Amino acid sequence: MPAVQETVDQVRLIDVDQYKYGFVTDVESEKAPKGLSEDTVRFISAKKNEPAWMLEWRLEAYRRWLTMREPNWARVEYPKIDYQDLYYYSAPKRNALASLDEVDPEILKTYEKLGIPLREQEMLAGVVRQDSEGNNLGERRVAVDAVFDSVSVATTFKEELKKAGVIFMPISEALREHPELVKKYLGTVVPVTDNYFATLNSAVFSDGSFVYVPPGVRCPMELSTYFRINEANTGQFERTLIIADKGAYVSYLEGCTAPMRDENQLHAAVVELVALEDAEIKYSTVQNWYPGDANGKGGIFNFVTKRGDCRGDRAKISWTQVETGSAITWKYPSCILRGDDSRGEFYSIAISNGRQQVDSGTKMIHLGKNTTSRIISKGIAAGRSNNTYRGLVSAHRKAKGARNFTNCDSLLIGDKCGAHTVPYIEAKNSSAVFEHEATTSKISDDMLFYCRQRGMSAEEATALVVNGFVKDVLQQLPMEFAVEAQKLISISLEGSVG
Amino acid sequence: MALLEIKKLHVEIDGKKILNGLDLTIEKGKVHAIMGPNGSGKSTLAYVLAGKADYKVTSGEVLFNGENVLAMQPDERAAKGIFLAFQYPMEIPGVATMTFLRTALNAQRKHRGEVELSTPDFMKRVRETAAKLSIDTEMLRRAVNVGFSGGEKKRNEILQMSMLEPRLAVLDETDSGLDIDALKIVSEGVNRLRSPERSMIVITHYQRLLDYIVPDVVHVLSKGRVVKTGGKELALELEAKGYAEFADEAA
Ligand SMILES: Nc1ncnc2c1ncn2[C@@H]1O[C@H](COP(=O)(O)OP(=O)(O)OP(=O)(O)O)[C@@H](O)[C@H]1O
Ligand SMILES: [Mg+2]
Repeated sequence: MPAVQETVDQVRLIDVDQYKYGFVTDVESEKAPKGLSEDTVRFISAKKNEPAWMLEWRLEAYRRWLTMREPNWARVEYPKIDYQDLYYYSAPKRNALASLDEVDPEILKTYEKLGIPLREQEMLAGVVRQDSEGNNLGERRVAVDAVFDSVSVATTFKEELKKAGVIFMPISEALREHPELVKKYLGTVVPVTDNYFATLNSAVFSDGSFVYVPPGVRCPMELSTYFRINEANTGQFERTLIIADKGAYVSYLEGCTAPMRDENQLHAAVVELVALEDAEIKYSTVQNWYPGDANGKGGIFNFVTKRGDCRGDRAKISWTQVETGSAITWKYPSCILRGDDSRGEFYSIAISNGRQQVDSGTKMIHLGKNTTSRIISKGIAAGRSNNTYRGLVSAHRKAKGARNFTNCDSLLIGDKCGAHTVPYIEAKNSSAVFEHEATTSKISDDMLFYCRQRGMSAEEATALVVNGFVKDVLQQLPMEFAVEAQKLISISLEGSVG
Repeated sequence: MALLEIKKLHVEIDGKKILNGLDLTIEKGKVHAIMGPNGSGKSTLAYVLAGKADYKVTSGEVLFNGENVLAMQPDERAAKGIFLAFQYPMEIPGVATMTFLRTALNAQRKHRGEVELSTPDFMKRVRETAAKLSIDTEMLRRAVNVGFSGGEKKRNEILQMSMLEPRLAVLDETDSGLDIDALKIVSEGVNRLRSPERSMIVITHYQRLLDYIVPDVVHVLSKGRVVKTGGKELALELEAKGYAEFADEAA
């Protein structure tokens, strides 16, 4: 059989129904009435016992949103979203609890099934894990904030973190306990008016994580938030705000899954990072929202605004993302390099299969002197998917000596998918040095044959080659998440070859 | 029963006939050398045995241990014990040689219903095998064949063969690109694997390799057919006279 024919047949076999997290948890939940109005906004704010200024802030965002239009410049197509046909708030009835023992056992079971232990002793009892070469990774403790639909259901290791001075809690709680901190930073990186989805989020966000690391503190463990959308017809609008004060360091990981449903679900998050002088924030995402079925039915619409502000000199922000899920991904984690000598990094693996559409990339905005940035993007398209890298690198007048290095590689599996690279570059001063490299390749039949001759199945061979392709980025993930991500990559490519 | 039986094999690629009724039988434990001019179909034969997709078998049969090989996927053939040391080994960026070896070995074991090799057992075996082939463990951490010299690539093929312990090894010009020392190391590696249970097809242009890996049988391939078969002295004869006498025989 000629290779081309074989590839065509492989593509036909594409089946993305391999999603392992598609179950639904049966819990009673309390919802806001369907639809969006000032009342919805008031309802959410009241549920959270928010200070008055917060409600005003939300209402202002809502009024602004009414005047805005949904953006359409991305290379994604989707049916019109009916914003009145959604629930904007859904919370398990038993929540906001003092201890884990009070959390609905069904929810605890859900997280167990997802491999996210919420009991601290379970995390401590973790078995020693190994990487692919058999090196021990050791135990690493990770504090988890678990967000279920619209609310945080549990946050682990709070006490231990508190001793170090680190604040890690649901943002709804931070609004009550540390209103001055939230007020000082919220909306300063992603303004309320930033874009259609961010403005919507500002009006109706329900939960998310808040992190504050005080000056000079190195956060003693990885922090993570695990987002789960459970309820049908419910949008998830989470808001995360992370502040690393002068000389502080924090590494943060975000994970997400959702049940398989025939309807599309909306996820419009906002993440803001603030790194002050000499501070460093490392933000990693393993995004595994339900991608929809092989025919493009169902799946999450993921419209996310993520931005970091290197607000002080020598600050550093690094985004690492492994994007395998969602029907639509619209996401550009960015860095504003305001402080002199500050540094931004973006490492991305975006995999699309079936009918998935990914439009993702980054913006590196160089404002300060001698700021540097680095972008490594690996796009992998299989099935009938479309995968676009969209990036902007700009240097403003005062950003003398700004430097950027960009490398965008695309890999195509089969011939029914598409990969596109849309880089924008703007240099307003002549001392900026921007380097851009881009390649597009196909997984060669010869390479696969070599692997198969050694005994690997077509799928094992593809996964191996793809893992090699994304290695530079995987290396940026915290070690044990890299192992997870590697498995996830294999799973999301299942069915992409026959 | 012979380990490998090829009967009247006809193969074409893109409509061009390459093998024209090739017959070849290999008994267990025997080493057969195949020589022949450029373009006579030696690599084609090797690829067809391994199951490369582009080649179209128009007629004939290939039996391995009595089973019809042509109906099997490449990985199935590998698990049954067919190994090909490529004339031009592929590079796989980003995949450590060690990882590649382990994935391959465990894939084959899984296929045969055996348990995966434990990490310590695997590491021990790789280290020992690599040492015998004078392969630095540093090289095992590098991506498969990426930036390897010609000789290193060939040595890596023999390392894989030694780890995978096939029943039939097809070595396609494994000697090309090797310096004298490497040729010895590789030949010793191959000779170590000679056993009453294992057969080999050694494709080469040079008698010199056959001084080290002494074949039981030598075949001359021309225009897609075996045109002469003899003992190891046939290789010496070819070295002296070249292929001129076969130019017409195959037509
Ligand atoms: N993809 C292809 N399309 C067309 N012709 C091909 C293709 N692959 C191989 N051939 C032809 O098939 C013939 C046999 O090639 P093969 O590689 O088997 O020869 P060989 O005996 O191994 O030669 P060498 O000694 O040079 O390695 C050659 O004429 C070659 O050009
Ligand atoms: Mg050849």
